[in-house]
Amino acid sequence: MRHSLRVLIKKEIADHIHSWRFNILLALIFLTALASIYTAGMAIRDAVSKADTPLGDLYLFLKVFTVSDGRLPSFITFVGFLAPLLGIGMAFDAINGEINRRTLVRLIAQPIYRDDVILSKWIAALLVITVFFLALGFFVMGLAILFFGIPPTFEEVMRIIVFLLATALYVGVWLSLGILFSIYFRQPATSLLASIAVWLFFALFYDMIVNILVPIDTEGPAQIVFRQMQIHQYLLRISPTTLYQEVVTTLLSPNVRSLGPLTVAQVVGAIPTPLSFDQSLLLIWPQIAGLVALSVFLFAISFTLFMRQDIRH
Amino acid sequence: MADVVIELKGLTKIYGTQPAVDHLDLEIKRGEVFGLLGPNGAGKTTTILMILGLVEPTEGEVKVLGINSTREPLKVKKWVGYLPEDVGFYEDMTGLENLKLTAALNGMEEKEAVKAAEELLEKVGLGEAKDKKVGAYSRGMRQRLGLADALIKKPQIVILDEPTLGLDPEGMKEFLELIKNLSREGGMTVLLSSHHLHQVQEICDRVGIFVKGKLIAKGTVSELAKELFSTELYTFEVAVNPMEDDLISKLMSVEGVKKVEKEGKAFIVHAEKDVSAEVAKTVVKEGYNLVRLMPKSYGLDDIYHRYFEGVQ
Repeated sequence: MRHSLRVLIKKEIADHIHSWRFNILLALIFLTALASIYTAGMAIRDAVSKADTPLGDLYLFLKVFTVSDGRLPSFITFVGFLAPLLGIGMAFDAINGEINRRTLVRLIAQPIYRDDVILSKWIAALLVITVFFLALGFFVMGLAILFFGIPPTFEEVMRIIVFLLATALYVGVWLSLGILFSIYFRQPATSLLASIAVWLFFALFYDMIVNILVPIDTEGPAQIVFRQMQIHQYLLRISPTTLYQEVVTTLLSPNVRSLGPLTVAQVVGAIPTPLSFDQSLLLIWPQIAGLVALSVFLFAISFTLFMRQDIRH
Repeated sequence: MADVVIELKGLTKIYGTQPAVDHLDLEIKRGEVFGLLGPNGAGKTTTILMILGLVEPTEGEVKVLGINSTREPLKVKKWVGYLPEDVGFYEDMTGLENLKLTAALNGMEEKEAVKAAEELLEKVGLGEAKDKKVGAYSRGMRQRLGLADALIKKPQIVILDEPTLGLDPEGMKEFLELIKNLSREGGMTVLLSSHHLHQVQEICDRVGIFVKGKLIAKGTVSELAKELFSTELYTFEVAVNPMEDDLISKLMSVEGVKKVEKEGKAFIVHAEKDVSAEVAKTVVKEGYNLVRLMPKSYGLDDIYHRYFEGVQ
């Protein structure tokens, strides 16, 4: 890695760790995570008695992350909801903040490539987020072992780690969006609002819009219903939120065998067993690729904009 | 031949349809302090950014130390220290930390960087404030930190964009003194831009007057004055009581007087030689009261105004 890039990444990481904004976001996510673990604990007793198999629930430990007693949303719901906010919060003033503080000119007057500035913002934020989510995940796992006395199997640990990394990747998409807006808009307030608007659009309205655009008429002929469902799903999968939810569902609920509609013919004869870890990974591979593609795409636009941006504006 | 460190050839930058810099030719020699002088929006900053390779010229070429700034900006930026107009720092870092970051970006080792930074901070008078956060610095302190920041890479050329903007007169004087000393001691080439005339006059070896993207004059201050006012080296302001136009023809008849104008409550007498005694005599002889008679000298202000008149 280039020396200057390393220096900048170090500075960015220090900036994030010392900033009030980042710490407030962390505290928010940390507290909601704790609350959701508490409700999961309440619900887990019921979960044991309502086990899926006669032998008891196979992936009980994963339930710590997914179940809730209805009073508070589960861990994954919380994290899925707040993670975009974290990404946006860390990136919305990445470039325009530096311009407004008049530090950008001074920075690029040093013998460094311009790419290093934007790359360091992205890498540093992603590193910090990854470390944070891994730490949070392991902390929750530790708490769960301590309180409920159920140790995770190796497979469960792997599933959780992949889930945490996928969460970091999901934040990376929003990070890219935040950086893009921070280049496009001169005012940090504008880029923050624009980012939040996009986030709310995908979190709340996108599903509704798709439902209106492609209504599924369950009364219709099977062929048409199937076709409608497919289009419906393709459209939904443009949204990073959908992609992330599918990843999480597959990883943390091994009982989910398919993400699309299945015909009766496909189900006949299937033994209702959970998917193995590698099969789950295989199932979410396209989603992961989609998330990577989205963030790389957004980053590429930011990159082009930033390289062309006149330093005087 | 003196060593040319900055060479601009036909440099042009067009924003939209408006040329910000228009076919600029300029050579700056090693060790000199050159003042780029002009009103706001004359294209000074654009020129500087092109020298640094931060803005691409529409046409023409910039060579710094023989290196093309547009093609190899990294090499140029290694040798050029830059203090931007209205410089900004990371507010929650101390002055020393800000300098250390710049040093690190220039590839300096931590130990070397700390040593260089502390020396420079001492030199610019921030020795005691080095561990204070920049957020608590005053405008003058920031500007001095900016100078240290431009110097930490041990540059051969320092470019200062409006370095005295927003400083109080005392701070401005100190700051200019600092720049002068640094250029003398270090043998550094200094290019500074300003719309403030007097400071440039005081510390610059040569100045260039820059209006609407064009360099309309360059040379030492006295050269510029001579060039501009060669036809009218002696000018006097004569205030009399009562002010009557009759006097104009009388004054014109004094030997050596070329032109007499009425300007406000005084006459301006342009002459080829020192005619003050004769003018005074004439005024008194004609029965007027001589209120004031003083020679007008030409400083940069007059040069400046004269040029702008020509342009507008």
